[in-house]
Amino acid sequence: MKALRDTRHMTVRHLMALWRQPWWIAVSLVQPVIWLLLFGALFKSVTDIPGFGSTNYIQFLAPGVVVMTAFFGAGWTGMPVIDDINRGVIDRFLVSPVRRGSLISGRLASSALTTAIQSVIIVILALIVGASFSNSILGVVVLIAVSVLLGSAFGCLSIGLALLVRREETLIATVQFLLLPLSFVSVTFMQKDLMPDWMQTVSKFNPLNWAVEAGRSAVNPDPSWGAIAGKTGLLVAFLCLCGAFAVRAFRTYQRAV
Amino acid sequence: MNGADAIEAVDLKKAYGEDVQALDGLTFSVPAGTVFGLLGPNGAGKSTTVKVLTTLAHPDEGAARVAGFDVLGEPARVRESIGVVSQAGGLDQEATGRENLRLQGQVFGMGGKALEARIDELLGQFGLADAGDRLVREYSGGMRRRLDVAQALVHKPRVLFLDEPTTGLDPEVRSEMWEEIGRLASEGLTVLLTTHYLEEADKLAARLAIVDKGRVVAEGTPDGLKRELRGDAIHVELGSESADEATIREALARVDGLDQIIYDENRVLHARAEDGARTVPAVLAALEGAALAVGSVTVARPSLDDVYLRFAGRTFGAAEADDRERPAQRKGAH
Repeated sequence: MKALRDTRHMTVRHLMALWRQPWWIAVSLVQPVIWLLLFGALFKSVTDIPGFGSTNYIQFLAPGVVVMTAFFGAGWTGMPVIDDINRGVIDRFLVSPVRRGSLISGRLASSALTTAIQSVIIVILALIVGASFSNSILGVVVLIAVSVLLGSAFGCLSIGLALLVRREETLIATVQFLLLPLSFVSVTFMQKDLMPDWMQTVSKFNPLNWAVEAGRSAVNPDPSWGAIAGKTGLLVAFLCLCGAFAVRAFRTYQRAV
Repeated sequence: MNGADAIEAVDLKKAYGEDVQALDGLTFSVPAGTVFGLLGPNGAGKSTTVKVLTTLAHPDEGAARVAGFDVLGEPARVRESIGVVSQAGGLDQEATGRENLRLQGQVFGMGGKALEARIDELLGQFGLADAGDRLVREYSGGMRRRLDVAQALVHKPRVLFLDEPTTGLDPEVRSEMWEEIGRLASEGLTVLLTTHYLEEADKLAARLAIVDKGRVVAEGTPDGLKRELRGDAIHVELGSESADEATIREALARVDGLDQIIYDENRVLHARAEDGARTVPAVLAALEGAALAVGSVTVARPSLDDVYLRFAGRTFGAAEADDRERPAQRKGAH
């Protein structure tokens, strides 16, 4: 119970900090819109490629943008952790009875909430510009759920990395290095059958790709729930792995104090 | 272990890497309800001591009890009983003063009206009533420090740790902090204060331990420690660069009533004499006899500076300079 209460208190703290940054809110709302409209317009004609299947590119792209937005946001979860380390905030909590886990779970919870809000906005916008989602609410809920799973996993990685390197420059470089390659080696923008063979192989091991495949299938007519469940299972396993990494990184940090 | 002691540290040892022995057998105890000062230059091991006693860091060896609980065996109980003001502070800059205090209370299991009332009380007590709803980012250095202390007190701890509470504050704000700390002490709280300001320790601490290189080199009341130094301190600044300690000692060997002769790297000769005013002429004559030019002479009643010199064998300034030359060491905020 104390763990849950502490997580809630920490979540409120992080959400308040975000709420006080109107510039951050504006950018994080506008960015997915730009992804959707920019890439939607840029790659519009790929639907003409024989074998692409779908004829409405926005509809094809929108679930990918939802997942990608969650992924991009999650990558930076570790940045404020470094700030907390430098300002002694983490150490202050470590000498209090706060549950250690809430220092990680509070960040994940607040980032999950912002991811969900962003996702809803992207979905609404996609509907406005001409997409139509099947399975209505259930499909969208599954899409948001896999995005949150993916975001939480990469959030754990980012937090763990922050605790280990404790330098913003290192974290920025690492996150930048991963964001675009992982996004492009996936079915976010392109139908799987049209990707080079080696990319198809690599994408099988890309958690972002699992989330896009599961999320897209969930909002398409005739979803294959078995495959969606399988991908979701993989994402849960990946989240557990990343969570274990974050906890270990936290212990390493504590030992070094 | 004595039950009346709020803090007991026994033979604490801790090394960082192979080069830095931060604590090297540190032992001291603090009776409940008193202000105890750990005095020493930067790098003496004061902050590491605070980290060990507040359960943040593990000692390599030794044992400690705080508020009656074993630091290693019952860290959760220790954390419930203490308030900590670290050097880095630990305030959330993007939250208001009130929110900082509220979160602190909440992690200690407080809430509701009782917590809000406690927050109002503390904001008032520390002169932050009008600033409570402003972001900490906008606070001045002195306001932040006061909020740091308020935050450490939200849950009414039995033992308060203040790690260099006035470092970086300008003199005016510093004396305000001193008043505040003095007030806390009068309310019966046990306070462990670390400082490298001799004046601060002299003013606030009922008892103090002088720490050097991870060990306690002297312990007692500020006055008691000063009394141990009989007579006056004589400081002679020598003009000649060629002077070496052996020559000086030889020259001064014939001066009666002079002892504890130390010659430091700033070419200042420190010594003690039963009656300073009477001994100085003899000292000057002896130095002149050895062809050592004298720049200036001062005679003073013993200060804590002299106490430190006596027990650590070097001046405070020299110890701090030594610390700066040591290999990079992790301190305070990593």
